[in-house]
Amino acid sequence: MQTIAARTFDIGYMDALAGGDTALHRLDARAKVVVTLLFIVFVVSFGRYEISRLTPFFLYPVFLVSAGELPAGYLLRKALAAAPFAFFVGAFNPFLDRAVLFHLGPLAVSGGMASFLSILLRFFLTVTAALCLVALTGVNGACAALESLGVPRVFAAQLLFLNRYLTVLAGEAGRMARARALRAFGAPPPGPSLFARLAGQLLLRSYARAERVYSAMLCRGFDGSLPLPGRSAFGRRDAAFVAAWAGLFVLFRSVDVPRALGILLTGLFK
Amino acid sequence: MHMADALISPAVGGTMWVVSGGLVAYSARKVREEADDRKVPLMGVLGAFIFAAQMLNFTIPATGSSGHLGGGMILAILLGPYAGFLVMASVLTVQALFFADGGLLALGCNIFNLGFFTCFLAYPLVYRRIAGDGLDRRRIMAASVLAALVGLQLGAFGVVLETVASGISALPFGTFVLLMQPIHLAIGVVEGLITAGVVSFLLEARPEILSAASARRPIGVSIRGALVALAAAAAVAGGALSWFASTRPDGLEWSMFRTSGKEELESGGGLHGKLAALQEKTAFLPGYGFRKAAGPEAGDAPSEAAWPAVDAGTSVAGLAGGLFTLLLAGAAGLLLSRRRSAARNPAGE
Repeated sequence: MQTIAARTFDIGYMDALAGGDTALHRLDARAKVVVTLLFIVFVVSFGRYEISRLTPFFLYPVFLVSAGELPAGYLLRKALAAAPFAFFVGAFNPFLDRAVLFHLGPLAVSGGMASFLSILLRFFLTVTAALCLVALTGVNGACAALESLGVPRVFAAQLLFLNRYLTVLAGEAGRMARARALRAFGAPPPGPSLFARLAGQLLLRSYARAERVYSAMLCRGFDGSLPLPGRSAFGRRDAAFVAAWAGLFVLFRSVDVPRALGILLTGLFK
Repeated sequence: MHMADALISPAVGGTMWVVSGGLVAYSARKVREEADDRKVPLMGVLGAFIFAAQMLNFTIPATGSSGHLGGGMILAILLGPYAGFLVMASVLTVQALFFADGGLLALGCNIFNLGFFTCFLAYPLVYRRIAGDGLDRRRIMAASVLAALVGLQLGAFGVVLETVASGISALPFGTFVLLMQPIHLAIGVVEGLITAGVVSFLLEARPEILSAASARRPIGVSIRGALVALAAAAAVAGGALSWFASTRPDGLEWSMFRTSGKEELESGGGLHGKLAALQEKTAFLPGYGFRKAAGPEAGDAPSEAAWPAVDAGTSVAGLAGGLFTLLLAGAAGLLLSRRRSAARNPAGE
């Protein structure tokens, strides 16, 4: 578990990354959202034992990281931090599915081992793609894209609000936790009853803040509808981006590129 | 208990997206009909509260492990089912985006497991029934504990169903159920107690918040309508997706259970055939003496007419090619970041 300060920093840092200025940052947010969703669907559409055919898909996150000038190490650490559930459920596979799938020299690879590796690959691909999307688009851009893709306005506004007050309330929670830790001389985290009171206190502060925010909104002429960030135009570059990647995904899905390469390689070395 | 993209199939993920998307749209309409301006900032801030409260953790007595607040039930109690569901959905969306907790494709599943069951089943059917309209402290406490427990049990069962239906994990249904339900019984009791603690704190400090919340008209009839609509949406979405799977056997495989890899071999037939021919030619070239243990199997594979039913690309040639592809992808990345100017071409070619 990260410290509260680190998690708060994380949120700000991802938004700061989205402030970059590369060709990828300048693309319409809708294009990036659509391609990322396509990517995820294509990646998870393979059979459970698939390993090698997933590898061409690494091209997409690698491209986003390098062309978008994103910090690869940071995104990797973030992806690994999210791994436990997929790892936990997938780790049963080698024990449950013990039929031998193929032989790698003297080593017999069971179906469970292959599917576990496949789960880890899928996990890594889907998570890094999603993280890259946020790092290139930012929450504001993603919300505007979602709204123009048909997500209800109330929900898009809710996402924006949540994003705006996340760091504020996380800071509040962090200060409460620090105050308790200072007075408790390094005692372990509180028990449930004290925790409930701490959370209740935080809830009261949230209510108070919501009331102040509401008054401030009224002062600025709030009439029940929230203005969302403006949309950019969906240009030819955006269409080209979507078309190029969609074409590549279809190619990777329908032609076994690694196998073709492998046959070529093993053939050449004979 | 966030589902991950890696564990679900497109059919399950897509179906749950449609279902949760429908619920979000339905709730958004209900919230707009309520036309309570005050709720707009309150929903946002309470979502942030759930996030912040989840960052605080506490020690579970006698175990030494730590837990944190779930949140769905508190949101439903404070905001009502529709707004509570929207806030929970937004929290899960931000978690999926920022912290990679659960994936984008699994988002539909997660919203359903953690939002639908608590806000639309446990809250109206358990919490409201027990707590009633008054502000009786004991009833509210009991209702919070039970409702949180029921919501979490249903959510855990949802995770099991979705995982098993996806067929990526090899865990059989029975084992997985026996694994998940007891763990979440324990977590649910603790979460229920925490929820009750927070609600009773609020009852002492700001009773008017709770009385306003409980004065809201209960959702009696509309929940049945929502359930019917939901079942219909799920059936249509699931049916459409599996129809898509059966009519396009050589395209994307949307099917939940893959039985054979034959279609794939045929779909790549043209290139595959040429490469096999190329490989046969190159194999005649003698004298390189570079014979790996992997050699013979890789050599046999392309000449086989029928591919073994279970695997399509897990042969040694496939693995070698996979590694090579990875290297290529990495090299492409290095090249791109070396040449910043390459970023000017957004098409990625």
